[in-house]
Parts: sequence; C-alpha cells; structure tokens
Amino acid sequence: MTPPEPTPSAGGRFAARLVSAPARPAGLLVHGVHVLDPRTGLDGIHDVLVRDGEIAEIGAPDSLVAPAGVELVDGGGRHLFPAFVDPHVHLRTPGQEHKEDLETGTRAAAAGGYCALIGMPNTAPVVDSAPILAALFEQAARDARVPVGFMPCITRGQAGRELTEMAELRAIGAAGFTDDGRPVVDAGVLRRALQYQRLCGGVLALHEEDPALSGNGAMHEGEVSALLGVAGIPSVSESTIVARDCALAGYEDGRIHLQHLSARESVAAVAAAKSRGALVTCEASPHHLTMTDEDVRSLDPRRKMNPPLRAAADREALIEGLRSGVIDCIATDHAPHARDEKEVPFEQAPMGTTGLETAFSVLYTALVAPGTLALELVVEKLTSGLGLIGLFVPQIAVGEPANLVLVDLDAEWVVGESGYESRSENCAFAGRRLQGKVLLTVAAGAVAYRERSILLSAAPVTSSGGHRSR
Amino acid sequence: MRHLLSIEDLERDDIERILDRAAAFAEVSDRDIKKVPALRGRTVLNLFYEASTRTRSSFELAAKRLSADVVNFAASGSSVEKGESLKDTVLTLTAHSPDAIVIRTPYAGAAALVASWTTAAIINAGDGKHEHPTQALLDVHTLRQKLGSLDGRCIWIVGDVAHSRVARSNILAFQAMGAAVTVCGPPTLIPRGIEALGCTVRYDLGDLREADVVYALRMQNERMDQHFVPSLREYAAQYQINGRRLGPRQVLMHPGPVNRGVELSGEVVDSPQAVITMQVKAGVVVRMAVLYEVLAGARDARTAPRPSEPQLA
Repeated sequence: MTPPEPTPSAGGRFAARLVSAPARPAGLLVHGVHVLDPRTGLDGIHDVLVRDGEIAEIGAPDSLVAPAGVELVDGGGRHLFPAFVDPHVHLRTPGQEHKEDLETGTRAAAAGGYCALIGMPNTAPVVDSAPILAALFEQAARDARVPVGFMPCITRGQAGRELTEMAELRAIGAAGFTDDGRPVVDAGVLRRALQYQRLCGGVLALHEEDPALSGNGAMHEGEVSALLGVAGIPSVSESTIVARDCALAGYEDGRIHLQHLSARESVAAVAAAKSRGALVTCEASPHHLTMTDEDVRSLDPRRKMNPPLRAAADREALIEGLRSGVIDCIATDHAPHARDEKEVPFEQAPMGTTGLETAFSVLYTALVAPGTLALELVVEKLTSGLGLIGLFVPQIAVGEPANLVLVDLDAEWVVGESGYESRSENCAFAGRRLQGKVLLTVAAGAVAYRERSILLSAAPVTSSGGHRSR
Repeated sequence: MRHLLSIEDLERDDIERILDRAAAFAEVSDRDIKKVPALRGRTVLNLFYEASTRTRSSFELAAKRLSADVVNFAASGSSVEKGESLKDTVLTLTAHSPDAIVIRTPYAGAAALVASWTTAAIINAGDGKHEHPTQALLDVHTLRQKLGSLDGRCIWIVGDVAHSRVARSNILAFQAMGAAVTVCGPPTLIPRGIEALGCTVRYDLGDLREADVVYALRMQNERMDQHFVPSLREYAAQYQINGRRLGPRQVLMHPGPVNRGVELSGEVVDSPQAVITMQVKAGVVVRMAVLYEVLAGARDARTAPRPSEPQLA
C-alpha cells in the first residue's frame, strides 16, 4: 500500500509541478499491439488510437481505422506499456551542462521510454531557493522533451543545517525535497523538516548514508574490496540511517521516500517500518537489481556509484523486495559525468552511472527474460515513482493523456554501440548485449522519441505554446 | 607476458619462470661490469606518483643493467603538479614511444587503466593499496634462496594488512607457491572479507611460533591520525616482532623502510634471521627478470620478433 502524499494544511496556490517544451500533440493508431497495463488490467492484442495527445479509443485488433491525419504504427509482435516515470535523475542543470542539460537528459529519458522525470538539486549552484527553481522551470519550458519536475534541497546549500524556504519552493512547484547525494546527517534537522512538512507538503526523498561509516570508501565492503585493497562502504552505513529515519518519520507522522536502496539490511528495515505504519516508500535502481560487487573487480570507473554495487545476497533481497512490495518503484539515479571526469583511476572517479536509456532493457534482459520477475511487475515498478510523490501514474485508458512506450521485446542491441542520447557515456552497462528495445515514446501526448526504424510521416500541425501538464 | 599488473594474473609456472631467470641474472650483478645487452635500444620509463626510494632505484638499476635507456618521471616538479590528468600524462609520455612504463600511483587499478591507454608494456610498481607484484616476486625469490621451496611452509604476515599492497600481493604469491598464509594484526587493520583470499586471520601473536617465516609490515605513522590503533606504544606491545617473540629458526622479512621500535625491535632487524637486505638485493635481479619478461620474453605472437636470449656467459 502506498502512503498518501501529505496534504498541506495551509491552502493556497499550487502550480503545476511538471514542465516540458511545447510539442505537437500526437495522432497515432497503433495496430495489433500487445497492450500491457498492470493497473487497468489490459493484457492482450488491441488497437490503440491516440488523437490530439489523448488516448481516444482502445479496440479489438484490426477494428480501428486511422482517421485523416493520424499516423499508422504497426504494433505486430510488439508491446505497448504505459510510459515509465523516474523520480530520481540528475539533469546537471544549472552549472554542470558539460555532463548533461535539460535537453540531452530528457532526450535520453525519451529514448529509454520515460514520459516524466524528477531532477535532483545537487547542481552548481544547488537548487535551494525560489529564483533558481523558477529559472529551472523556465528552462524546462524551452528545452525539456518530456515533462520534468524538480526537487529542491531540504537544507540551504545542501549543507545539512538550516531548512530551505520549503513553503515558498513548494508554492512555485517543488515536487518534493531532497539533499540527494548527501544524507541529512543531523537527525534534529531532519526532524524539523518532517515537522515543517505539515505546513508545505512535499515528500522528503532521502539519500541514506552515515558518512562516519562510509569514510573514504569507494565500493561495497566485502570480499571483493578486500581483494582489491579499495576502502569499503559497509552495508550498515545505509541501513542504520534507514532505520533511524523511518523511526523519525513514524514519530512525526511525516512522509519520506528512501532513495536507491542497496543493502538487504535496509530492505528489512523498511519492511519493519512499513509494518509499523510509517509513511515510507522506497526505490531500487536497475544497476543494484542486476549487478554486484563482482562486477567491480575490473575497477571500471563506470561501475562506481553511491550507494555501491553490493553482494549477491543484497541484490536478491532487492529483487524479493520488488516482489513483496517493500520496494515501491524502480528509479535510475541517472548520474551523467563527462568522459574525462570518469577516465581516471577508480578511487578518484566521481560516483554515478547513466541509466535512463538502458533501464528497461537491462531489467528485461536480466530479470524478466530469465523468469525471475514478471513483466507486469517490472512495468508497474517503472511507472509508479511519480504517483508515490503525489504527481501522476501513467495509464492506458480512454481519455487519459497519451503516455506510452512501444517496445520490441525480441530486438537485441549493444549498449553504447550507436552512442547515447545523453551527453555523457558513463554507463555501467556499456558493451552489454541487451534484449528489448524501446521503439517509440509518447510523453504528455507528444511523440518524444522514435527509433529510426519506426516511420511516422509528418503529423498535422496543431501546435500551441509551452504547456504545463498536470 | 604483455604486462605485469598483479600477482592475481600469474600462475605458479609464470612466477617460477620469472624467478629462474632472476637467478640467472644474479650472476650479472656480481660482475665488475654489471651489464648485459639484452634490452639495448629499449626505453623504460619510470612514472612515479608516490615517493619511492628503493623500488624506483631498483627498477632504474635493473633497466640499466639490461642496457635499456631509462627516463625517470616523478609527479612532483612535473606537469602533474600543474594539474595534468593521468591519461594526458600517459599519452604525452607515450608520444616518446617507451617500450615499458613502470608506474606507481596511490590508486587501485591505475596500472591496468594505463595499460589500456598505451602500447607500452606496463609494470605495476604499486597501485594504491591493491598490489605491488614485483615486491611479492622478490620476496618469493628471497625465500627460495633461503629455504629452497615454499611448499608446505607457514608464513605469517603481521601488521597493517588493510592499507598494505605488499600484504595483498604476498598473500597471493606465497599461496601460489604452496605456502599457507596467516595474516595477523589489530582487528581495525584487517579488512573484512580478507579470508576470501585463502588466508587465515589471527588477532594476536599467540601462535606465532608455528610460522616458518614472519613477514612484518610497516606501521605507517599517518595511520595514527586516523586512530586505527590507540597508540604506537600499544601497537608495539601487542604486535612488535622482538627477540622474545621471534623463534630461533624463523626467517624474518620486512618490505622496508623499517620503523625500529615499532613493528620490529632493533635486535631482530640486526639478527641473522632477518633477510631484509637480501630482499633489497633480490629487488634488482627480479626486476631485471620482469623487464626481460615483458619486453623480450613475451610469448605473445603479436609482439615483434624475439630478440636473442641474454648472453650471460
């Protein structure tokens, strides 16, 4: 069960929280496609008609005829899901545009089948004030190919001491608050943020780590780190803070979302908190679900991330957490870094891997194709992240805005072989052969990505200005 | 062998081949003119990002005794201090077409990374706390001279295992040669999971007498700032190898430089059981053998025509 988004007691104006550049509403008829939507229960071959960016009709195969001006897409042998959403990506704007910007980041997202994202605030400067957040929204209205929202910092300067002006930030559209990249080390500060949440709402998304235990660690502490002589980040660095913050949230009746769980002890701590009724949700990343510290043996800096890839038992606990519902969603923690920043020895390299363009294919290849997880479960977890923070859940139903991803589950491709949409190429999965390929993404009613083999002729021009969806 | 990056990459056969050649080279070091033309015309570049006296000078001597040209490049006083990245430095130096680069850095995996950027043969002279393969080879060489075979021998490695690349390479090398290894030190300085390398872990010296060889590690003063142990005094009380603890038939080793009065008492350093200067001496001949191995002894068909064997007679 998903805890509700906290409703602010104070009334007032709440702006749209997701913004994208103007785009032409799509008109598409996807013919004879296997539609799978775990929420509406659709799981079979259908025709799906999208008109003016909305799902207009869902019919029996070959029952629908394309009206004038609507493009025909052959869905034969392909799958259509609700498009994915990601509550945790790094778009690097402002200040780190050499790694990524709103345009390249959302392009990468669209290529991965995503229709909405939430950007993290650990930029340069950090997003901790209304003017910076407002500027981001303005930029998104020019550059974002899919709707993006932003979580500004919980604390000023991301320094972990004073709260940001959360009510003002919330009023101009903050999707929630996070100091991601860093934990809120001081429990007293986090407690105040949880209390203040009663005024302004907004989920607190927490990066769970005790810096005193992580020290100068660069990978999971275990047999592989012992062999490599690389300082380790122990699992308890995460799980002790998870337990602490769940206790605080329970005490203050606050709503928290725990980012990128990596350790089995953390999954157990969240399960215990949920059973006590704490308003906590959590996420796991495709890399933690499919890789372990064994994959770090080569000390490839692209496999350095925080939290680190952990042991096989941790990975299994995360997978079991998806099955049991302890883990609510899958988020990529897409973290682009420039080539020269990552082409350094492992211990010197910055933390993070890109993930938007590979998430579905990685999960499909490693977990669904071998039968470990059901396809509908993976689709559900890839589409639930924004609902958890009170935004929206994409659905395939008549009258809904079109948020769709068309996938060929049989197509194989090699990661990085034809480059990336992202500005950065620090992908932990580079060189891997994956199964399942995104062919077409419709986000907020507009075609945001199409693979070159998918031909769409020019659609009718009915464009308007920049819009804010939801 | 194309590169020497880690002991983990070596089989027992490889170690024996290199050390047999080192034994043959030992004769050169005793001549009046300590030189053979085996690597004449080859260029060896020493690229050291950390302070080093014995490893760097022993590589330099080894290369010169094989008649190679040697260029020393230290991080201090170079473009590195001006902010040049490791990759840019390596690409710049590669433009001079070195045949081998001997590299030491404070970062694990750096030697392997450098190997992916250059066509030169790479010899790892220490990458962070990961490995120091030529140290392990010279230690095995010393023990083969002293004891004959390592098969069935019991070797204790004592001290700060967590921060020691020497410990990691030696655990692997001693075991590859048939010895059983025990690591012993303060629990705060024994990394979690080290048993996975196949060694036994002890936290006190109670059973030290079972060892044929006692290998003491340097207790680095800089660790004291991080409070891994309460004091050097307490460390010495618990872990110092001294005349009371060292048995009469045990061989004592140390990678140097020694902190007298900390990990070793002065009396054992000066005792005939200590083979510390033998280790230093072995350093040159073993590094000659390693340079020869990667530059002339490669069995890889892709490398250039094989030069003639060294003329030792």
